[in-house]
Amino acid sequence: MAGQTLFDKIWDRHVVSDMGDGYALLHVSRHLMHDGGSEAFKALKQRGLPVRNPDLTFATFDHVISTLPGRTAETNPALTQRLYSMRVDAKAAGVRLFDLGEPGQGIVHVIGPELGLTLPGTLLVCGDSHTCTHGGMGALAFGIGSSEVVHVLATQTIVQRRPGKMRATFEGKRPVGVTPKDMILHLIGVIGAAGGTGYAMEYAGSAIRDLDIEGRLTICNLSIELGAKCGMIAPDETTFAHLKDRLYAPKGDAWEAAVADWRTLPSDPDAVFDREVAIDVADIAPQITWGTSPEHVVGVDARIPDPMTVGDADRRTALQAALEYMGLEGGKPIAGTPVDWVFIGSCTNSRISDLRAAAAIAKGRQVASTVRAWVVPGSENVKRQAEAEGLDQVFKQAGFEWREPGCSMCLAMNNETVPPGQRSVSTSNRNFVGRQGPGARTHLASPPMAAAAALAGHIVDVRTL
Amino acid sequence: MKAFTVLEGPAAPLLRPNINTDIIIRIERLRDFSGDKLGPYCFESWRYKRDGTEDPAFVLNKPPYREARIMLGGENFACGSSREAAVWALQAFGIRCVIAPSFGDIFYSNCFQNGVLPVVLPAKTVEALAAEVEATQGKGKIKIDLERCIVTSPSGKESSFTLDAMLREAMLKGADQIDLTRAREPQIAAFQDRDRQRFPWLYTAGTSSA
Ligand code: SF4
Repeated sequence: MAGQTLFDKIWDRHVVSDMGDGYALLHVSRHLMHDGGSEAFKALKQRGLPVRNPDLTFATFDHVISTLPGRTAETNPALTQRLYSMRVDAKAAGVRLFDLGEPGQGIVHVIGPELGLTLPGTLLVCGDSHTCTHGGMGALAFGIGSSEVVHVLATQTIVQRRPGKMRATFEGKRPVGVTPKDMILHLIGVIGAAGGTGYAMEYAGSAIRDLDIEGRLTICNLSIELGAKCGMIAPDETTFAHLKDRLYAPKGDAWEAAVADWRTLPSDPDAVFDREVAIDVADIAPQITWGTSPEHVVGVDARIPDPMTVGDADRRTALQAALEYMGLEGGKPIAGTPVDWVFIGSCTNSRISDLRAAAAIAKGRQVASTVRAWVVPGSENVKRQAEAEGLDQVFKQAGFEWREPGCSMCLAMNNETVPPGQRSVSTSNRNFVGRQGPGARTHLASPPMAAAAALAGHIVDVRTL
Repeated sequence: MKAFTVLEGPAAPLLRPNINTDIIIRIERLRDFSGDKLGPYCFESWRYKRDGTEDPAFVLNKPPYREARIMLGGENFACGSSREAAVWALQAFGIRCVIAPSFGDIFYSNCFQNGVLPVVLPAKTVEALAAEVEATQGKGKIKIDLERCIVTSPSGKESSFTLDAMLREAMLKGADQIDLTRAREPQIAAFQDRDRQRFPWLYTAGTSSA
């Protein structure tokens, strides 16, 4: 019998009951909630049901809050009520809520790994598609819909169909100027935004092993942009070193027992995947998207594709529509495109290593006079750490705005939007039509590339700076 | 949840690949409106021009498709954000079935929570259905029979589709998943007892003083 994959091992240990046809009722070891959660509490109340395991659910505010310096729950009046009800409901249910201003608050996918809530071998869900991020810790983590959130609160379980298994192996040495964000954007460019549909993805290979935890989280974060159910990386010494002594990580004997268990999780050498793809990291240039799907991506030294060269009619139409929306012309170089906004933040790239990388580019330079540039740390702890290192000063002196932790301009639901028709380089994960505001034009890139664009005032190869 | 057995109605073709849920419903509409009021905002970025007037070229603004009950979609339909409101918006517009070669994973699950049927058919078949519908200027109706798992084209051509038995059952009955799972409570409790023994460290976080 073939060996088991990391995914198989974690899936199997969470099966409460096999429901046939590939379906299983799975136990949820960690449930995270964000500020969209008050509706779920309401629905539960309407059914007259309690939260089954409040000790396994953790909540924070991130999506709808303002990130204006000095913000409070009242800064966005239209959303204040939602935060108030979340406070009341979480308290009544006995769910720990990390509130504004306290260490622990932040983007839900930043705080899980940061606080040691996300552990290897756990099955973790959250009503947000980028829950796949947590797979960077060796967890089986995926996003669920709002009805499913109610189901998890009521039963601490979720019904799922076992997906297929896919592995992306990254080998080779990462060139200077190429970040984990470039690795994963490149993969999406190669296999497409539906390339992982129906699969649980495992990222492997020496170029993955070499990454720190934050880089691994960035890789796994974009798994959903491949259509994958989840993305995972086997836990190893890097993972254990990251977790040791974190607030919620096991301590003492429990720590030793946990690590011994986690060492058994990586895929067996003879495990079989349904689909494999190999990437040579040495070939990757810093990536930048030009269109309205993450698969619309090129190296910054390349040209925007010409739709006329595309055979399939529906694809050609999609490409033309994307170029029209973006105000770009096929066949032209992407570098040199003028930029109005730069956003450094989001659950993809708002951790301390991201801010350090961006600050290294920004240091001693000036944001172009035509650009507005924001840095939004991913969590209160990231913010405090960055300030302790003086990164906030580096950014401010260069002309960036330094803000409070939250999702901010990644989704534009919090009054923080790129104005219609304006062009932004963003370290987030979605360049969808209107994602950063109606009519906003988004180019996804790494933190150094975004910082470089802010300084140059146009899309530029960070390696030439 | 509303049961789904047979549905017959106009079908709107929108075969672009990778249509995401941000396009189906803009996030700020979730802030301002309840699910059943989202119909006018379904596909808003494509349906209206910058000045707020309807774009007559967009399929859902053309007469027979305004009454669409079915949508014909492209590969990876409704990928992206987990927002269940993408299903609510389609539903509020009048759509109760989407036929596409593949779906965004979370959207697919969300459909079953709301009595909207996602049907997977090969790209060629979806294209053929769209071509037939377009040949009749949208007047030709498509029929979906969930009991038999058959889609019938305007000209009467039948295509069978497969759906996992469990999901089909639940849709036909309009069953509620939370009720079904709660009936398994003894199994859940037994699982947790075992799990606490095997992996005690998973159960200590919530009791930490932090
Ligand atoms: S940062 Fe963006 S992608 Fe991440 S959870 Fe927030 S809104 Fe979603």
